[in-house]
Amino acid sequence: MTLDAKIPDGSLAEKWDKHCFAGKLVNPANKKKYNIIIVGSGLAGASAAATLAELGYNVQVFTMHDSPRRAHSIAAQGGINAAKNYQNDGDSIFRLFYDTIKGGDFRAREANVYRLAQISNNIIDQCVAQGVPFAREYGGSLANRSFGGAQVSRTFYARGQTGQQLLLGAYSALMRQVHLGKVTIHARQEMMDLVVEAGLAKGIVTRDMRTGAIASHTAHAVVLATGGYGNVYYLSTNAMSSNVTAAWRAHKKGAFFANPCFVQIHPTCIPMHGDYQSKLTLMSESLRNDGRVWVPKKAGDTRPPAQIPEAERDYYLENKYPSFGNLVPRDVASRNAKEVCDTKKGVGETGLAVYLDFADAIKRDGIETILRKYGNLFQMYEKITAQDPVKQPMMIYPAVHYAMGGLWVDYNLMSTIPGLFVLGEANFSDHGANRLGASALMQGLADGYFILPNTIGAYLSSCAPGVPDRSARVFAEAEKNAESLISKLLAIKGKRTTDDIHKELGKLLWDHCGMARNSSGLQKALDRIPQIREEFWNNVLIPGTGKELNQSLERAGRLADFLEFAELMVTDALDREESCGCHLREESQTAEHEAKRDDEKYAYVSAWQHQGTGKTPILHKEPLTFENVTPSQRSYK
Amino acid sequence: MQSKKIDISLKIWRQEHPDAQGNFQHYSLSGISTDMSFLEMLDVLNEKLTLEGKEPVAFDHDCREGICGMCGAVVNGQPHGPEPGTTLCQLHMRHFRDGDQLVIEPFRARAFRIEKDLVVDRSSLDKIIQAGGYVSVNTGGAPEANTIPIAQKTAEQAMDAAACIGCGACVAACPNASAMLFVSAKVSQLALLPQGHPERRERALSMVGKMDELGFGNCSNERECEAACPKSISIRHIARLNREFIKAALFSE
Ligand SMILES: Cc1cc2nc3c(=O)[nH]c(=O)nc-3n(C[C@H](O)[C@H](O)[C@H](O)COP(=O)(O)OP(=O)(O)OC[C@H]3O[C@@H](n4cnc5c(N)ncnc54)[C@H](O)[C@@H]3O)c2cc1C
Ligand code: FES
Repeated sequence: MTLDAKIPDGSLAEKWDKHCFAGKLVNPANKKKYNIIIVGSGLAGASAAATLAELGYNVQVFTMHDSPRRAHSIAAQGGINAAKNYQNDGDSIFRLFYDTIKGGDFRAREANVYRLAQISNNIIDQCVAQGVPFAREYGGSLANRSFGGAQVSRTFYARGQTGQQLLLGAYSALMRQVHLGKVTIHARQEMMDLVVEAGLAKGIVTRDMRTGAIASHTAHAVVLATGGYGNVYYLSTNAMSSNVTAAWRAHKKGAFFANPCFVQIHPTCIPMHGDYQSKLTLMSESLRNDGRVWVPKKAGDTRPPAQIPEAERDYYLENKYPSFGNLVPRDVASRNAKEVCDTKKGVGETGLAVYLDFADAIKRDGIETILRKYGNLFQMYEKITAQDPVKQPMMIYPAVHYAMGGLWVDYNLMSTIPGLFVLGEANFSDHGANRLGASALMQGLADGYFILPNTIGAYLSSCAPGVPDRSARVFAEAEKNAESLISKLLAIKGKRTTDDIHKELGKLLWDHCGMARNSSGLQKALDRIPQIREEFWNNVLIPGTGKELNQSLERAGRLADFLEFAELMVTDALDREESCGCHLREESQTAEHEAKRDDEKYAYVSAWQHQGTGKTPILHKEPLTFENVTPSQRSYK
Repeated sequence: MQSKKIDISLKIWRQEHPDAQGNFQHYSLSGISTDMSFLEMLDVLNEKLTLEGKEPVAFDHDCREGICGMCGAVVNGQPHGPEPGTTLCQLHMRHFRDGDQLVIEPFRARAFRIEKDLVVDRSSLDKIIQAGGYVSVNTGGAPEANTIPIAQKTAEQAMDAAACIGCGACVAACPNASAMLFVSAKVSQLALLPQGHPERRERALSMVGKMDELGFGNCSNERECEAACPKSISIRHIARLNREFIKAALFSE
């Protein structure tokens, strides 16, 4: 099979408009005769569902949460980018495009990223119209702040709760469509499988998480907006239930998985402590606008921060990257934190932390200004650590945060299974090998509000309107498979809990497929993963039954998929013998320890085709070509 | 602060399914680190129960950062426990002492059905939003974002209201199981912003009407909701809702 990204012809700036014009439309009177299933109600799913319903389609939304408003998007803190250039500081659509492509270390498609930058402005208009209370200037205009990887101020925000406010905007648009009868919400339903018939996506199988009832649902098209897979590492900044299950089960049905090894490790998180720890808490990157990152110059210096004089502090980001300073992209900031901790300059109980210090900003701007900007983040930090960042510097360390990889999609956001579309963090589309801050919210909403509604019509117009044709046999079989998976899990009755095994997998990946990777470590992980998987299938202990609310069973089902997915992730990391963005192969570094790309060999998207669990998947390469930017070695000096 | 280890005893509401008869069960845990979060303490209990071949306690949670609104239980009589302005997931064991007994129950209200143990069905809150908690604008129909200036103070006040996480603690705290604080937060946010003005009358009337219809009680000014709210949403918003409601009711005559 050859991959066709379906990138339209024409100049970069014209591609999207031309494509929208050339695409087939569904007759407005016929729209109500099409059913669309959307799995996931985060920014991507909720915005798509509301918009498709507004257009007249019948939409069914499935979420594993008790309400669409709980999706993990709610936790995004820092902000959302747009090329409005309200600050008159030289921003433009082209600059947002350029920053995003460069930030992704030239491993994303030009056409997709340009479209994202174009749409960014419409998103802000839409959200303001919905009543999203963005931060404002005294004069009443919208306020902006800066984020890593950019030298302009283009990030819109609502305190430290931007994701919450944007999601509630999309959620309220969705609730309006429920009221109008165009959307049905199926809450506490977990997608168990994708149903593919004659090569086309025809529906899904779900489990009612309250009663265990397995059911199937048919549609003309299925949309996955199920978020990212960062929890494969067990500890991450993701919500506890974030998973790869929906994407992975679609992958096993034929959807290619792209760039699974591209995982972002965020530099500003609360450091790890204790073996009971269940998650890592992100401290928004916006803190790096005013906080200064430092460690003691002397290795093993255990004095409290206040007793370390200025001359004995190493503000390593400011020193090493004078033009971006503390605002270097995330991958660079994370790697440098690891490097200083590896040389024993790390602070705190474990030595796995660096300081993020607000003392100078407070002196300069006053405590009130700083608290207005970051008050709720400071509170959150204090609640967890019992320390006040006003009185002493925060301690931070990198943590797994975001999946750039995801199901492969073409320019229309359609996967390699016709009729299956993938949006938001669940797809691989726009961030290349590293995502810039405040771009995931932008991408999720671009996909849902503006892109899918303009591309799905071309596919639907090829399906007959009315009740979707389906083979009862294929659906019955898919339901039976879901039932038997559950019985199989419950029958193991071993000795170890799901979390215990998950922690083992997570540690293995963090050690060998984390911030720095090399071939021997990756090989070790690749040998070990099938053993952990076997241990899971022989020795996991899941209490309760399948016919009730059973959270242990839910977690075990997700871990089963992570255990297969992990192998693909490591395989991908092993294949890519270059460093790019977040993927640092120790074998491929510049003299200054920066990631060294190899464009000759690796300027491609890896798209993996499943061949069966434990079997070597087939790698398809989508070549990346750059006509409007010249890939350069990234430099933030 | 130095972390310590404490022993605690737990009295937890166990209920197999919505129609089952529930009851309290006793458990004890020792060597709990005071750096642990409350939910991590429940994780420890659940790992222990699982290994002992018993059913773990079902409880809702997801972000564990105080923003998704999924967690919540009544701890020693207080929704989300003893710390003001804190969700259960952000509550840490350092706020308890060695030897403490913690009584943990689900959020109880007529409009919230108990699904299992501490898990409740709060979909009635979604239904209230469906009744009008939005601005009726379709995707694509929005004017340029900076067209209407909004005073910084107004935007901040709207944000204070919009911070509601929809956890339902206000309902669980209210002697009448009213959802007035929840409703008022949304009505207030949209009444403050110009974008919400065209529909403000219908919104107030239909959201309050829906709340009544779903079996939530009335507000009798007990102020328990404000005290329990993990986002410290002020009952001033209820006053604004009342003004909106009265205005709307008068004009609709
Ligand atoms: C702490 C944190 C802070 C962040 N801050 C920012 C920021 O400031 N700016 C920014 O741009 N980005 C930020 N991000 C990233 C951004 O929030 C996410 O990438 C984005 O919100 C993902 O949205 P989504 O719609 O793709 O998926 P999600 O919001 O994760 O939604 C997934 C949905 O899928 C459903 N689902 C999943 N699996 C199943 C299944 N099997 N069956 C049924 N339903 C299922 C869930 O119920 C949910 O509704 C942050 C991320 C984190 C973790
Ligand atoms: S788990 Fe999300 S608010 Fe507590």
